[in-house]
Amino acid sequence: MDFDDTPEEAAFRAQARAFIDANAPRHLAPELKRASFGSSAVQSEDPLRAAKAWQKKKAEAGWACLHWPKEYGGGGRSPIERVIWSQEEGIYSALSGPFVIGHGMCGPTVMAWAGEEQKQRLLPPLASGEEIWCQLFSEPAGGSDLAGLRTRAMPAEDGSGDWIVNGQKIWTSGAQHSDWGLLITRTAPDVPKHKGLTMFFLSMRTPGVEVRPIKQANGQSGFNEVYFKDVRVPDAQRLGAVGQGWQVSLTTLMNERLSIGTGMSTYFPELFRFCLEAEVDGEPAVNDAAVRSRLAQFAVRQSGLRYTGMRAITALSKGQTPGPESSIGKLVAGATMQELAMFALDLQGQAGVVWDKASPQEGRFQALLMRSPATRIEGGSDEILRNIIGERVLGLPGDIRVDKDVPFKDIPTSGGAKS
Amino acid sequence: MNLDFSEEQKALKDQVRRFLEARCTPSTVRAVLEGPLSFDRALYEGLAELGVLGAAIPEEYGGVGLSHLELCVVAEELGRALAPVPAASSIYLAAEFLLQAGTEAQKRAWLPRLAAGKAVATFAFAEGQGRMTPDKVQAVVADGRLSGVKSPVPDGDAADMAIVLARSGGGSGAGALSLFVVDLAGPGVSRETLSTIDPTRSQARITFDGAPAEPLGGSGDGWHITTQVMDRAAILMAFEQVGGADRALEMARDYALDRMAFGRPIGSFQAIKHMLADMYVSATLARSNCYYAAWALASGAVELPVAAATARVSATTAFQHCAKNNIQVHGGMGFTWAFDCHLFYRRSNALALALGSLSTWESLLIERMSAGNINAAA
Ligand SMILES: Cc1cc2nc3c(=O)[nH]c(=O)nc-3n(C[C@H](O)[C@H](O)[C@H](O)COP(=O)(O)OP(=O)(O)OC[C@H]3O[C@@H](n4cnc5c(N)ncnc54)[C@H](O)[C@@H]3O)c2cc1C
Repeated sequence: MDFDDTPEEAAFRAQARAFIDANAPRHLAPELKRASFGSSAVQSEDPLRAAKAWQKKKAEAGWACLHWPKEYGGGGRSPIERVIWSQEEGIYSALSGPFVIGHGMCGPTVMAWAGEEQKQRLLPPLASGEEIWCQLFSEPAGGSDLAGLRTRAMPAEDGSGDWIVNGQKIWTSGAQHSDWGLLITRTAPDVPKHKGLTMFFLSMRTPGVEVRPIKQANGQSGFNEVYFKDVRVPDAQRLGAVGQGWQVSLTTLMNERLSIGTGMSTYFPELFRFCLEAEVDGEPAVNDAAVRSRLAQFAVRQSGLRYTGMRAITALSKGQTPGPESSIGKLVAGATMQELAMFALDLQGQAGVVWDKASPQEGRFQALLMRSPATRIEGGSDEILRNIIGERVLGLPGDIRVDKDVPFKDIPTSGGAKS
Repeated sequence: MNLDFSEEQKALKDQVRRFLEARCTPSTVRAVLEGPLSFDRALYEGLAELGVLGAAIPEEYGGVGLSHLELCVVAEELGRALAPVPAASSIYLAAEFLLQAGTEAQKRAWLPRLAAGKAVATFAFAEGQGRMTPDKVQAVVADGRLSGVKSPVPDGDAADMAIVLARSGGGSGAGALSLFVVDLAGPGVSRETLSTIDPTRSQARITFDGAPAEPLGGSGDGWHITTQVMDRAAILMAFEQVGGADRALEMARDYALDRMAFGRPIGSFQAIKHMLADMYVSATLARSNCYYAAWALASGAVELPVAAATARVSATTAFQHCAKNNIQVHGGMGFTWAFDCHLFYRRSNALALALGSLSTWESLLIERMSAGNINAAA
């Protein structure tokens, strides 16, 4: 066992570090370090412009989307090199927020399912950050139960072969500044729900697409409603066969779990620093037995995630696929962040209620309290993740499905809504 | 980056598992639970013949001369099989004390016999209720003779030798404490097996009344050496706990697949499925923390104290969690003497206290992290 790089890995790390030292936007470092969960990492300038500038620099030097093939704007590097890069990129990776969905989910889906010409057109500007993508999956009627979605795509009556889309998506992160969307629709309501779906991509500037920001529980507006009114989508923008949308979406969802689950911070280092500074009964909080007990439990979850990640990296470094243990990441991190935020506020006493720049660490724990509920929902809720671990890792039977072999149009819905 | 065991170490682990599957079945464990013997000597000698007790003991002292990584994989298998043997006392503790602080003569006198399973040794530390601190130590050595009461002492009824922490030469605090080697077959020793929550790992009260005691390590170094050795033992114990947690999870999973209620396997109920998923999560976190600690142990890293406490807290939590929910998943069957769930429940709670309680290790972890060794926080 060791934590050392191989000589090739060390050489690659040195190259990455040299590039970052010479090119990263250092003037942003102080605010990136202070950033709170749930709000833009950059406040002093337009965060989108800052993100695009850094991404473009990376792309020009071959450091963008390291694991993608070069012909699609990537770096053509191995998975382990991608990990080394992200370790070195450190705080600057917080700038990449607007690209996470495009690079992590939409890009891999396009790569797996689009034609060659489309890949040449779509992927390089996605890699370089010139074009931003969003994931138009969830709907009011289908989040966990994604296959329950109701947005309809119907063949245009003019015989052009185009599709006409009507319906509504919801919780679409980043739709307000996206150029493209990956859109899953229902094309056949009279077959069981997983069989009647079809995937498309479309320009977010297509006539009839309307984006309305949603104000979130934490006061920010990261996600949106997206309405489709007679939106015309050429058949050439279909990914996979008609009716194959569910299989296509699995490419996206598998990649989603990989990109959300790995390397999540639980904010333990911030809590620990706070406990060194804060006082309980006139003594540093870390001297209090009850505080120590809670802190220790947070500490071992944080380090357990960290070393679970390193076991996955070990596998990558040997050219193997990481084992099922990587599936615990988001489940552990989400719950830990939320409990940890509550504990940090508890230590602040009655003043924990105050959320402003004068609060400890500029109100970071209050921000964490208010953002962390979303982590337990987005990209697969805690309950769905437990189902996945139970069924795919431990081999338990699937849930009983009352809607499995029923034509979609006959499935009962919330509030009695019917298509 | 390589946070995994080597192919040879995994092969050793398989070999130990196969050996224990044949030689240490639940009825082996029950024989110790229900019978008069404090451990299974034939099993212990079998492990010695396999070379696993002496895995981390150098060849010149009768060991196999491998590293502590090999001992970690062995410990995991002993934990998984609930092996009723005194390896923790004799190997993780006593042999480590000798290796860390023993004179050449002491090593030669004891290590070959410990590695061969011909002798059993233990560490006599606790003195009754409550968390151990230097000031709680009342046992005292004067003119080479030890007096006092140590309780509970793991495997204290079966051990041939004990390493004892005691005061000597006056003073107070940690600096007044030293370690001594005491022959338990010698004069001035009386012992009594204690009734405990887990008789498959025996505990005894030992009363010393002028027993001859030979110093181990420097005078006044007792607490310091104890801390170092306890850290090393905690890592090995954590591997035992991870082995036990994994096995308890597997038992619960198998039962959830098999047992039908309301016309379906209970594993299809989310309350059960999610309970099992959470057990998997805590066992996985503990395993990863243990791998980190194994690296620290084998490489002698400065992170060792933090890594040891991390592994210990994580593995204690995971084993207790998996063992108690294993009973829950089994329903009424889980509460019968005939089913094996209680063997894991007993062991998980006994190991949680061995080497100091969970809250003791939680406190140690945070104390060590605040002392500046906070790599684990990053
Ligand atoms: C911050 C944020 C960003 C998001 N960004 C995007 C995005 O960019 N694109 C996109 O398409 N979507 C996005 N989502 C949507 C997200 O994927 C869904 O919210 C999520 O899948 C849950 O679906 P839902 O909201 O419909 O809740 P529901 O599915 O209605 O769930 C409600 C509750 O029921 C539970 N539940 C549901 N089904 C089961 C089951 N089978 N077993 C047990 N419990 C169950 C859930 O766990 C949850 O507790 C985002 C969500 C958030 C919070």
